[in-house]
Amino acid sequence: MSDYNVVVIGSGPGGYIAAIRCAQLGMKTAIIEKYDVLGGTCTNVGCIPSKALLDSSEHYHNAEKAFAEHGINTTGLSIDFKKMIDRKGNVVKQNNEGIAYLMKKNKIDVLTGTASFVTKNKISIAVGKGEKKEIEADKVIIATGSKPTKLPFIEIDKKRIITSTEALTLTEVPKHLIIIGGGVIGVELGSVYQRLGAKVTVIEFLDKIVATMDEDISREMLRFLRKDGMEFLLSHKVTGAGVKGKEVTVTAENKNGEKVEIKGDYCMVAVGRAPYTAGLGLENAGIKLDERGRIEVDANLQTNVPGIYAIGDVIKGAMLAHKAEEEGAFVAEIMAGQKPHIHYNLIPGVAYTWPEAASVGANEQDLKKNGVAYKSGKFPFRALGRARASGDLDGFVKVLAAKETDEILGVHIVGARAADLIIEGVVAMEYRASAEDISRMSHPHPTYTEAFKEACLIATDNRALNM
Amino acid sequence: MTELKVPSVAESITEVTLSKFLVKDGDYVELDQPICELETDKASQEIPATVAGIVKFVAKEGDDLKIGGIICTIDEAAKKPEGAKPAEVKEAKVEKKEEVKKPAETKQTAAPVVEKKEETKQSYAANTPSPAAEKILSEGDVKAKDVKVTTGIGGRITKEDAINAVRAKANMPQKEAFSRTERVEKMSRLRKTVSERLVYSKNSTAMLTTFNEVDMTTINQVRAKYGDAFKKKNEVGLGMMSFFAKACCLALEKFPSVNAYIEDGNIVYHDYCDISIAVSTPKGLVVPVIRNAESLSLAGIERKVKELAIKGRDGQLTMDEMTGGTFTISNGGVFGSLMSTPIINPPQSAILGMHKVQDRAMVIDGKVEVRPMMYVALSYDHRIIDGKESVGFLVAVKDFLENPHKMLLGADPIELLIEI
Repeated sequence: MSDYNVVVIGSGPGGYIAAIRCAQLGMKTAIIEKYDVLGGTCTNVGCIPSKALLDSSEHYHNAEKAFAEHGINTTGLSIDFKKMIDRKGNVVKQNNEGIAYLMKKNKIDVLTGTASFVTKNKISIAVGKGEKKEIEADKVIIATGSKPTKLPFIEIDKKRIITSTEALTLTEVPKHLIIIGGGVIGVELGSVYQRLGAKVTVIEFLDKIVATMDEDISREMLRFLRKDGMEFLLSHKVTGAGVKGKEVTVTAENKNGEKVEIKGDYCMVAVGRAPYTAGLGLENAGIKLDERGRIEVDANLQTNVPGIYAIGDVIKGAMLAHKAEEEGAFVAEIMAGQKPHIHYNLIPGVAYTWPEAASVGANEQDLKKNGVAYKSGKFPFRALGRARASGDLDGFVKVLAAKETDEILGVHIVGARAADLIIEGVVAMEYRASAEDISRMSHPHPTYTEAFKEACLIATDNRALNM
Repeated sequence: MTELKVPSVAESITEVTLSKFLVKDGDYVELDQPICELETDKASQEIPATVAGIVKFVAKEGDDLKIGGIICTIDEAAKKPEGAKPAEVKEAKVEKKEEVKKPAETKQTAAPVVEKKEETKQSYAANTPSPAAEKILSEGDVKAKDVKVTTGIGGRITKEDAINAVRAKANMPQKEAFSRTERVEKMSRLRKTVSERLVYSKNSTAMLTTFNEVDMTTINQVRAKYGDAFKKKNEVGLGMMSFFAKACCLALEKFPSVNAYIEDGNIVYHDYCDISIAVSTPKGLVVPVIRNAESLSLAGIERKVKELAIKGRDGQLTMDEMTGGTFTISNGGVFGSLMSTPIINPPQSAILGMHKVQDRAMVIDGKVEVRPMMYVALSYDHRIIDGKESVGFLVAVKDFLENPHKMLLGADPIELLIEI
């Protein structure tokens, strides 16, 4: 008999949710985590700490720029960066403890060490130096996540040339932070340090930032971030980076092929993330990878080896914590013989910049490309009483609906609380609501959600009530 | 403008029910295109258009109409519209489903009435399951398109709809606990006629029932031994009905009063046997007649039984095929009845009830043996049939069935040979 019905490798949001759902469904479950703390990238070096710093930096920014307008005067405003980082550490610690409590509550064994397949049912766990322990499992869920992608021509010394992981544990606010990559991670952390007083330069290969989002959102974010003082070098190809003492020099080529040199004190490489399977011994179990190094899975998220499943960043699809969570619960239910579903096109994307950006469903450029007949309704937050009251006037809600049926095909929001507002779009789209359906639902006043209703009114019949 | 009237369907019929229209009000109809279905005492009949033109309904579905009553008018002056097709007739044949009012349906949404009308129409989202409903349907192996949506807006499948669909599929028709729901349905014309005639029969005859039992061993052996050959030759199976009909014909010849009517103070004896066979159809029990059954071979009887059963099932029996009859055989055994007292089909004077064949312990020559046995019952009108005759008739039927070889000449061939 095996030691466990299910062993989950990796305790990120995908892994720990999978373990809880397995335990709920009556399986004897263990979770293996390489680090001393649970929670994976999201909790330790991703979503949670970055949001903690984003909020801290936002408070500072408001105190510096917005308080006076509200009639609050401050003198002697300063940053205790160490305290800020410590606070972030505490937030992370509380989350770690929360997950540990959930494991205990659900009677899930937490095994600390590095997992490696011996056979398809046998996993060895390296605990410390040379010490090994072997367990047997009927089924395995691989949830090992991802690591920041490196560029072959740039050596990351983790001191001056860093990734997002180190950017969350700096001991000082950089004077000039150069960020390679204008994706979500680049602009989020860029936002943090820019607001804490650093000069930030983002170098992006494409001619736009957050390229996966709707072009309107991408353009609007670029405008806001530039307005806040962030510098962007678009259509620039980075060719190298070097450190001399405290100075980092990044070289790039612009679209005319001219050489550009940028000097700063820190450089963050944020060109994406790659699935992490190193040392996992996939070959011992016979698990196949695809051409991009991701674990291959079928529609049930099972690998080519029956009984071994994979979820989250280590397989195809968006690298998002909430996508991994859905997959974790999905796999647990599949193993229990249930038939759950995930609608991948309805997993929302979010960028925690300021203002935030969020979207679900199709973006406008895709609809155009695919020749879908659509109509669009865009409503600026500026026209809402709530936005004027708080002073957060930037941004809009954009609703794309099918021309014929009025069915909502996509929702794109940039502005205050976009990340929370997007869920209305998700619910609407899960039920295939039409824009008119939303415009006939009561939205509380005064709230930011009114922008959603107004955008739907515009999409339906161009009959906004407050514009 | 031509009026389409209820035609005279049969002598005894004075009233019909307009069971359903086969065209829509205002349709253009061709000459002879069926307009509606009339239900009479015994059969339903399609009424064809007498002229071509635009139909205007006068009567409503469900109306009781006298012979000569107006069903609809047809405006023959009207032009045939472009692209009009009379093909909708087929569609209209689909059985009307009874709607049972469920409390859930009375739930009202707060949406204004006008909007609701729009949304209950087939929308692009019709039969889109909610996330929870989708999982329930997958697990219940029910396709979203097959779900009957009763609660979702715009035809969307709610969790409740999905649960109901999966339950319905699992053949557990959802029945609310402690339900006090009642349904009122109009009694069909057939049902009304049946009820009137049964009460009439009980009240106007001196009916009583005699019982016997038949050892089916020999008939079973004959059917087992010759069944295949019989079917090959006659393209119809060798059932029990032919044996029973034949045995009854022979016994009726011996006891003519069982085959007689009382009519205006006279007794009408029949020198022929028109055997009515009770057939269960989707619309109810009908009693088509095998004419001159006494002159038919077993194969002839079986063929006739099969023909009448198919017509009955399809509602194709004509009035002629269901009137007359001098004696009736009713087989409650097909539904599992072990014993019953059938009611006489007036103006006939007797009815034979067949029942289920069951293995029972019988004492044969002082020993207990397992035999396939059937109870038979004869209900008869004591006014013209004496106990001696009725019992004698049933014993004769039993004797023929247990000794089928006697049926060939109406008596035991050896007895005939030696003339005893």
